[in-house]
Amino acid sequence: MSDPVALELREQFATPEQQRETASAGMWIFLMTEVLMFGALFSAYTVYRILHPQGFALGSSEMDILLGSINTAILLTTSLMMAFAESNAQEGNERWLAICLIAVMLLGAVFLYVKFSEYIEHYHEHKAPGFWFEDSSPYANNVQLFFVFYFIMTGLHAVHMIIGIGIMAFLLFRTWVGSFSAQYHTPIVIGGLYWHFVDIVWIFLYAIFYLPGLHR
Amino acid sequence: MIEAVPVEVEKNYLTEKQGVLSWFLTTDHKRIAILYTVAVTALFFLGGFFALMMRLELLSPRNWLVSAETYNKLFTMHGIIMVWFFLIPSIPNTLGNFVMPMALGAKDLAFPKLNLLSWYVFMFAAAVTVYALFRGGVDTGWTFYTPFSTSYSTTYVVAAAVGIFISGFSSILTGLNFIATTHKMRAPGLTWYRLPIFVWSMYATSLILVLATPVLAITLLMVAVERIFQVGIFDPALGGDPVLFQHMFWFYSHPAVYIMVLPAMAVVSEIIPAFARKPLFGYKAVAWSSIAIATLGFLVWGHHMFTAGTSVYSAMVFSFLSYCIAVPSAIKVFNWAATIYKGSISWDTPMLYAIGFVGLFTIGGMTGLFLAALGFDVHVQDTYFVVAHFHYIMVGGTVMAFLGGVHYWWPKISGKMYPEGLARVCAIVVFLGFNLTFFPQFVLGYLGMPRRYAAYPEEFQFLHILSTAGATILGVGYVAPLLYLLWAWKYAKPATSNPWRATGLEWKTPSPPPAHNFESTPVVNTRPYDYEAMKEELDLV
Repeated sequence: MSDPVALELREQFATPEQQRETASAGMWIFLMTEVLMFGALFSAYTVYRILHPQGFALGSSEMDILLGSINTAILLTTSLMMAFAESNAQEGNERWLAICLIAVMLLGAVFLYVKFSEYIEHYHEHKAPGFWFEDSSPYANNVQLFFVFYFIMTGLHAVHMIIGIGIMAFLLFRTWVGSFSAQYHTPIVIGGLYWHFVDIVWIFLYAIFYLPGLHR
Repeated sequence: MIEAVPVEVEKNYLTEKQGVLSWFLTTDHKRIAILYTVAVTALFFLGGFFALMMRLELLSPRNWLVSAETYNKLFTMHGIIMVWFFLIPSIPNTLGNFVMPMALGAKDLAFPKLNLLSWYVFMFAAAVTVYALFRGGVDTGWTFYTPFSTSYSTTYVVAAAVGIFISGFSSILTGLNFIATTHKMRAPGLTWYRLPIFVWSMYATSLILVLATPVLAITLLMVAVERIFQVGIFDPALGGDPVLFQHMFWFYSHPAVYIMVLPAMAVVSEIIPAFARKPLFGYKAVAWSSIAIATLGFLVWGHHMFTAGTSVYSAMVFSFLSYCIAVPSAIKVFNWAATIYKGSISWDTPMLYAIGFVGLFTIGGMTGLFLAALGFDVHVQDTYFVVAHFHYIMVGGTVMAFLGGVHYWWPKISGKMYPEGLARVCAIVVFLGFNLTFFPQFVLGYLGMPRRYAAYPEEFQFLHILSTAGATILGVGYVAPLLYLLWAWKYAKPATSNPWRATGLEWKTPSPPPAHNFESTPVVNTRPYDYEAMKEELDLV
C-alpha cells in the first residue's frame, strides 16, 4: 500500500473522490457559520454608525490609514501566495509548496505585528475602551463605541489569523513529512479556503474602520 | 425477509470494544449518541428539579419556600439548562446521531472525530454553566435582557454566558456534520426524494444550527465585553441600544425554537407511518415544509418585541410573517392526520407519544397564532399565556417526541424490547400530567398573571395548585421511563432486527447494529415509507 491516496482514505468513505468532496463541503459549511458570526458584528456596527455618525467619523479619523493600507497589501499578498501554494500542490511541486506556505506564515506574522503595534498605539493614546479611555470631544461615548467595535472585530479577525497561521504550520509539517502529492492535497485546498475567507473579512474591516477617516 | 429472527451476530457496536476508554475515545456515531443521551438526561432532570421547586413555591400566593431572589435564579437556571443543554441537543445529538447515518446507509457521519469533539465541547460547556449556577446562579432570565444583565445584575452572568457560548460550538459542529453527511454520504440509489423525512428535518435543523448559533455567540460575547469593561454596547447612557440586543438575541432564539421542534417533527414523521401501516401522505410537501420552516424561522424574530418600542410597521410585517410560518407547520399536521386516516393503527407506545405530539403541538401552534396577532399579544405579553404556549411546543412537542423516539428506536439502540404495557401507561400519564400542568397556565395568563413572579394575588391560587399537581404527575411520568428503560437494557427480552416492521435502512441491520452499521453497503431502489409493498410481502409470508 504505497498509494498515498489510498492511505489517506478514512473508513467511512467509499472513494477518495467522496472524501475530497466531503472535506471541501465541510469547510464551506463552516465558512457559512463564519459569515453569520462576522455578519452579526457588521450589522451591529452599521446600526450604531447610522445612530452616531459624528462619533464614528471622529473615531475613524484616529486610524492610521498608512498602516491599515500596508496590512491590506500584506494580506492580499498572502492570498496570492496561498493560491500559488495550491497550484504547486496540484503539480506535486512540494518544494515550492513549502516555500509558499512559509511565505504565507511570515507575511501573516508581519500583519499581526503591525496590528498589535496599532493596538498599543491606541492604548497609549487612551483610545482603548474601558476606564482608561479618554476623549475630550462632545461625542466621547460614541467614539468609545466605535473603538469597542474596532477592537472586537479586528481582535476576532486577529484570532482567526493566529489560528490560520497554526493551520499553515500544520500543513507545512505535513508537506515536510511528504503527505501531499499531485493526487492527494485536499488539506492544502481546505486550509486555503479558510485563509482566503479570513483575508476577505479584512477587506471589509479595512473599508469600515480605516477608509471613512479619509473623508475629513 | 421482514419478520427477521434474532440473528446471532458475532460482534455489535456495544461489544466490539470493551472498557471505559473505548467509550471516551470512540468515534462511532452510535456510541457518541449514547454518551450524549446520558449527558442530556442528567441535565434534563437537573432542569426539571428547578421547575419542580418553582411549582412548589407557587402553591402559595406568598413566598413560603424560597425568597424572590432565589425564585429569579430558579427560573433562570431552569431556562438555561432546558434550552441549551436539553432541548437544543436532545433529539439531534441523541436520536439524530444514532439514526441518521444508518438511515442514509452510511458507515458513520462524514466527520466522526468532529462528532466526538462536539460531545467534549458540550460537556465542557455544561460544566462551566453548572459551575456558574452553583456558585450562586444567574437571575437575568434565560434571555439575558440588557441593560439588566450588563449593568445591574450582581450574579454570575459572564460565566453562564461563556458556558452557552462554548455550547454553541458543539451545536455548530453537529450541524456542519449533519449537512455534509446528508449531501455526501447517502447510499447508492438514495436520492433526495427517497430520504426519510427524518433526514430532511434533521437537515433543516442543521441549517439553522449553522446559521443562527454564531449570532448568539457574538451577542453573548458583546454582553460579556460590556460587563467586564463597562463600555456600554447596549447601554443607552453610553450611546448603546438595548433593543439591538433583543434583535440579535431573538435572531438566534426564535430559529432556536425550530431547532427544538423540527427534530421532533422528524421523529413523528417516522413513527406515524410505521404504526398506521401507510406511506406518509404528501411526502414532498412534508419534506419541503421542513425547509420552509427553517427559512421562514429566520424572518419572524421581531414578534418577541411587539411591546419593546419597535415601529408599528415592523411589528405588522413580523406579525404577517409569523402567520406565514403557520402554513408549513399546518401542512405537516394535516399530512400526519391524512396518513393516520384509514390506516390500520396499532397503539404501541411510540404511536401514543406521536399522537400526543400532534395534538399538543397543534394547541401550541394555534396559541402561537394568537400571540402573533398584535392586539392580543399586547394583552398577554409576559404572562403565563406565553409560558403555556411555548411549553406546549417545547414540552408537549419536543419532549413527547423525544420519548416517542427513544421508545421507537430503543430495540435498535439496546437490542432489547421494553415493557410495553407499563410504557403505554406512562405515555398516558405524561400526556395527562402535561395538560394538567400547562392548560391552567393559559387561563392564568389570560386573566393577567405575569410570568417570573414568586408571589401573586390570591384569586390565582386554585389554578396554580392545579398546575403544580399536574407537574408532580408529569414528574412521575418522566422518572418511570428512565427506570424501566434502564431495567430493560439488561433484563428485557431481545429485540429482532425490525420489531415494528418499519421501513428505513436502520431496520435492515441487526439490533444492536455492528460497529460499521451494515454488513455491506445497502442499495436503495424503492420510495420511502413503502408500507404497501411491505404489506404485500407480509401477505405472501
